[in-house]
Amino acid sequence: MAEAPGAPEECPGTGSAQAGRAAACQGCPNQGLCAAGAAGPDPAEAAELRARLRAVRHTVLVLSGKGGVGKSTFSALLAHGLAADETKQVALLDIDLCGPSIPKIMGLEGEQVHQSGSGWSPVYVEENLGVMSVGFLLSSPDDAVIWRGPKKNGLIKQFLRDVDWGEVDYLIVDTPPGTSDEHLSIVQYLSASRIDGAVIVTTPQEVSLQDVRKEINFCRKVKLPIIGVVENMSGFVCPKCKNESQIFPPTTGGAEKMCQNLSVSLLGKVPLDPQIGKSCDSGQSFLAEAPESPATLSYRKIIQRIQEYCEQHHLQEEKIM
Amino acid sequence: MALWGPSPRGYSMALCTPADRANLAGVRHIVLVLSGKGGVGKSTLSTELALALRHAGKRVGILDVDLCGPSIPRMLRVQDSAVHQCDSGWVPVFVGQDKAIALMSIGFLLERPDDAVVWRGPKKNALIKQFVTDVAWGELDFLIVDTPPGTSDEHISTVEALRPHQLLGAVLVTTPQAVSVGDVRRELTFCRKAGLHILGIVENMSGFVCPHCSECTNIFSKGGGEELAKHAGVPFLGCVPLDPQLSQSLEEGRDFIQEFPKSSAFPALTHIAQQILDTSQRSS
Ligand SMILES: Nc1ncnc2c1ncn2[C@@H]1O[C@H](COP(=O)(O)OP(=O)(O)OP(=O)(O)O)[C@@H](O)[C@H]1O
Ligand SMILES: Nc1ncnc2c1ncn2[C@@H]1O[C@H](COP(=O)(O)OP(=O)(O)O)[C@@H](O)[C@H]1O
Ligand SMILES: [Mg+2]
Ligand SMILES: [Mg+2]
Ligand SMILES: [Zn+2]
Ligand SMILES: [Zn+2]
Repeated sequence: MAEAPGAPEECPGTGSAQAGRAAACQGCPNQGLCAAGAAGPDPAEAAELRARLRAVRHTVLVLSGKGGVGKSTFSALLAHGLAADETKQVALLDIDLCGPSIPKIMGLEGEQVHQSGSGWSPVYVEENLGVMSVGFLLSSPDDAVIWRGPKKNGLIKQFLRDVDWGEVDYLIVDTPPGTSDEHLSIVQYLSASRIDGAVIVTTPQEVSLQDVRKEINFCRKVKLPIIGVVENMSGFVCPKCKNESQIFPPTTGGAEKMCQNLSVSLLGKVPLDPQIGKSCDSGQSFLAEAPESPATLSYRKIIQRIQEYCEQHHLQEEKIM
Repeated sequence: MALWGPSPRGYSMALCTPADRANLAGVRHIVLVLSGKGGVGKSTLSTELALALRHAGKRVGILDVDLCGPSIPRMLRVQDSAVHQCDSGWVPVFVGQDKAIALMSIGFLLERPDDAVVWRGPKKNALIKQFVTDVAWGELDFLIVDTPPGTSDEHISTVEALRPHQLLGAVLVTTPQAVSVGDVRRELTFCRKAGLHILGIVENMSGFVCPHCSECTNIFSKGGGEELAKHAGVPFLGCVPLDPQLSQSLEEGRDFIQEFPKSSAFPALTHIAQQILDTSQRSS
């Protein structure tokens, strides 16, 4: 059964233990995905997902192999930055099910999702900025999502299939650290529509970079384009004496060297700024609270590069079609 | 299952000796290091706890169950080592000057260091079970278990597998800001549901003292960990400041406890280790 578009005739099927490994899989465009267990959803599901996501123009995943590097912070600011253009509709989806930070960072803690005839409706920060997170489904801040993989995968599918996102120019997806169920599932389910690419966040030290290289390998295996890398928490300038300290030292050359070695683009560096943490905790947009700070200027440049990448990507796709 | 991952070097996992309860029988106290949040310093604390307990004369092992992001081999500068097989199971890698700390990590099973471990739950669970049953730990006073962030497969499997053994309890790590404390609150719920004793909460990265002018900046704010401990009614084990000497030392895989006794993080880390020691003495 040739389930995936362009699959070879003797395709063992995405559910098979041989998926991506059978002789017939050699050269199949989906081989990487299949072998990773991220084979596309079954045809009926794929059609449903495609219908739901048809109105999404651009999708950007925010990833990192390492935890606590600023994925959620960046996802939130990217969403705010893109939504500054009132003609654009932006959606922010949080698939970090065990550690959902987005409700707090977006100032939406305690909000609940509403069920309507057309599905769950996202929680709106602004008219053109909708958010969805497992945090909106929990009844107390102490509630833990203690789930193994299959349940997590089910909820991620629901977030894509059952949320009434409407017309969306940009769908930003915040992820947990790692290369596991959530990552495979989101790539699998979004294969029904289109992903522009992934932004990878890291901090400068090798302890973080060694995990980020794994994430880059993951992207390559599942054929997820990499828009570029953001180096976060690069250096701290003392507010009193203005001297810079390397709290997370780039002992192996930081993101810059890694990007050179692996031929991916470095989108920019963001310094450590105590105001970022405070803005996140109070649910305010740091870009609005400290519009002139070096970190904001850096974030803005990075956001612009991502925007340009997406427009470019879109043009190329239209030419092919 | 159609999942790929690392091909274990030189042997097949299926060939390993079957579950041998004796492998953890010689371990007196098992301490889990947990956090709902990523990048807060779980691996850092695991490493420094192991070193501090070792310097206190204890026999120590570390089990690293962070399968997607193993940090401990690098933090102890044994990232190029491999594990061997013997009659009683996998032989851990021995680290430190006197080769006295036993370490098991998926990092030792990867063909190339940058290989991604793209596994769904069941495969992760199987390897964790093997780590618990098939590693020849020998006689240990402490086994420190370093975990990935979250409350999912790795955590459920680790607790299930370790439950029959000498589980002393869990140390929870957080950074001070609300975004992190929120996730650790959820981890506390996990501990309670899993019946895990909570040894206490550590607040890491609280405050940075500028090496140039001694001004203290709370880069990730301050006090969230202590507040949470109070709110949850569990012991507060202390604040570890942001210390560039600590991060540098971990990058180079050096023995921070031995080499940097004057650094700002040193007293906090040794105080935490002392409290774990005291608790273990009370329990046995
Ligand atoms: N450049 C920066 N300067 C100062 N603080 C920052 C910076 N970037 C992020 N932070 C803070 O660091 C903390 C961790 O960030 P965040 O929660 O976005 O990380 P994450 O990668 O999503 O973590 P996890 O892996 O747990 O999901 C937050 O409190 C955030 O406010
Ligand atoms: N108190 C501290 N001062 C300075 N750097 C720290 C401190 N605690 C942790 N780090 C650094 O922060 C990074 C993340 O710590 P790590 O232990 O890898 O976190 P986790 O295991 O929770 O993901 C590491 O580079 C580590 O060296
Ligand atoms: Mg996050
Ligand atoms: Mg770790
Ligand atoms: Zn196939
Ligand atoms: Zn200073």
